[in-house]
Amino acid sequence: MLTAEEINEIEAEAGHYPKREAVCIDALKIVQRHRGWVSDESLRDIAGHLGMSPTDLDSVATFYNLIFRKPVGRHVIMVCDSVSCWIMGCDRMREHLHKRLGIELGETTSDNRFTLLPIVCLGCCDHAPAMMVDGDLHGDLNPQKIDTELEKYK
Amino acid sequence: MTSTTEKPLTQNMRLDGSFLDLPAYEQTGGYHAIRKVLSGGMTPKAVTAEVKSANLRGRGGAGFPTGLKWSFVPLGKDAPDPTYLIVNADEMEPGTFKDRLLMERDPHQVIEGAMVAAFAIEADIAYIFLRGEYTLAAERLSRAIAEAYQRHYLGKNILGSGYSLELYLHLSAGRYICGDETGLLNALEGKRANPRAKPPFPPVVGLFGKPTIVDNVETIACVPHIINNGATWFRGLGRTQDAGTKLYGVSGKVKRPGLWELPMGTTVREILEEHAGGMRDGVKFRGLLPGGSSTPFIVEQHLDTPMDFTEMPKVGSRLGTGTMIVLDDGTCPVGMTWNMIRFFARESCGFCTPCWSGLGWAERILKSMEDGRGKPGDLDKLASQASMWSPGNTFCALAPGAADPLQSAMKYFRDDFERHISEHRCPWR
Repeated sequence: MLTAEEINEIEAEAGHYPKREAVCIDALKIVQRHRGWVSDESLRDIAGHLGMSPTDLDSVATFYNLIFRKPVGRHVIMVCDSVSCWIMGCDRMREHLHKRLGIELGETTSDNRFTLLPIVCLGCCDHAPAMMVDGDLHGDLNPQKIDTELEKYK
Repeated sequence: MTSTTEKPLTQNMRLDGSFLDLPAYEQTGGYHAIRKVLSGGMTPKAVTAEVKSANLRGRGGAGFPTGLKWSFVPLGKDAPDPTYLIVNADEMEPGTFKDRLLMERDPHQVIEGAMVAAFAIEADIAYIFLRGEYTLAAERLSRAIAEAYQRHYLGKNILGSGYSLELYLHLSAGRYICGDETGLLNALEGKRANPRAKPPFPPVVGLFGKPTIVDNVETIACVPHIINNGATWFRGLGRTQDAGTKLYGVSGKVKRPGLWELPMGTTVREILEEHAGGMRDGVKFRGLLPGGSSTPFIVEQHLDTPMDFTEMPKVGSRLGTGTMIVLDDGTCPVGMTWNMIRFFARESCGFCTPCWSGLGWAERILKSMEDGRGKPGDLDKLASQASMWSPGNTFCALAPGAADPLQSAMKYFRDDFERHISEHRCPWR
């Protein structure tokens, strides 16, 4: 079941488009903001609300990398691995995160605190290497700075 | 009125990183251009003619003449309804970080540009299509749009002119391919962002089948200044035959990576050496991609080329987004190429076979070279693959954009590729 709040938010966005199914990406993002990810049940509920088939909606949901079809931790770390960050040492940053968190890309820590994902260029190339934690951009990374920043996310 | 300065796009930005709210933007002459056109100073056709005469070309990478694109939109009472204007704020070309600055520091400049462009094509609805990761830009644009509605710059019967425009901010859910013009249209319609076959072209059949113009953020930000100061002034800003200023960026191992608004046609060398401070101590310059990952490498002998739409192709490359990525002698050119091809392979939408199949194949060959498993004949295989990523074999520019860095890397750094194979290792590891 979608909550009244979720439905209100979806309907507010739906008014921006002439066709109802056009709001489906916004709807996926709204539900994910409230629940952390999009479960099969949430997917069916959104599809039902918009009059779409769950299969059609899932083909959209699985296309976009910021829609999570698996549970994620309380905080999502996205490490940029595009070319400017690669030149400036993003592989070392990723290895540091692997060691510190004990997880590989695509995994979540056992205490459910962090999920680690790769991301394409974050547009922070003059302060490479960079990562994004939840919505916060962190540039000029080094292992010490990563440790300090991650302490802020409990 | 905006003063005629050399840096129209960035002159008012605050050094502390905060943004100009509506009163601050108005104090710098903001919303003068939209007031000028809405008060009857210019017809939609006159606005388009001015932009055409200004020789404004798309800053998203392709360089298509903006006024010419607008002129393809049907106008008048018999035109299809509604018409859409879309600001492409899906900045995701690796190495590119220019539009983020414009949206974060001066969001009203982007909004006013969108309004003037919308007026010129008689659009009823405008969207800013923003990548989801640009959270600060989203926050500031949302606030600026709300301010603009409150001050009646947006909505019905704007400033009593009879012209109405709704402007919505759409936050995307990821994927590089959404930055492609028609991939973007599908994403905005709530579909997978596969690019569309052309023709028909979006100015005639675009979003929801209606006439649509899609313009890059930096392109749109130029528009109010052209209206305020005129086409002749704008053309005069450039150092070469190409007009205006350009946000040039440099990343990689240079002394001062950064972003600067400079006259269009500033040479590669001036940007690299004077503004970015040259190479860091201990490393030497080997080459650079002039405008993001989809542009071909240039090397030392090309550094005195003006960075513009006309001159860069003469040395086998392109202006692209104007944000350079520098390769130094401490960085492996094969590894760098592998990184970029991996990006393109991962971001392929999966629609065209040369792209989804060929990019993955090339990525695996490059990875095997990096791991010391490269074989004689691999370079021929890479060349053969890249030759199939050409316009006409694919619906969009993703795969052709991947061919550019690969083919040029194999041309300028061939010895390095061959060493990987003959030495069975990456010499930089």
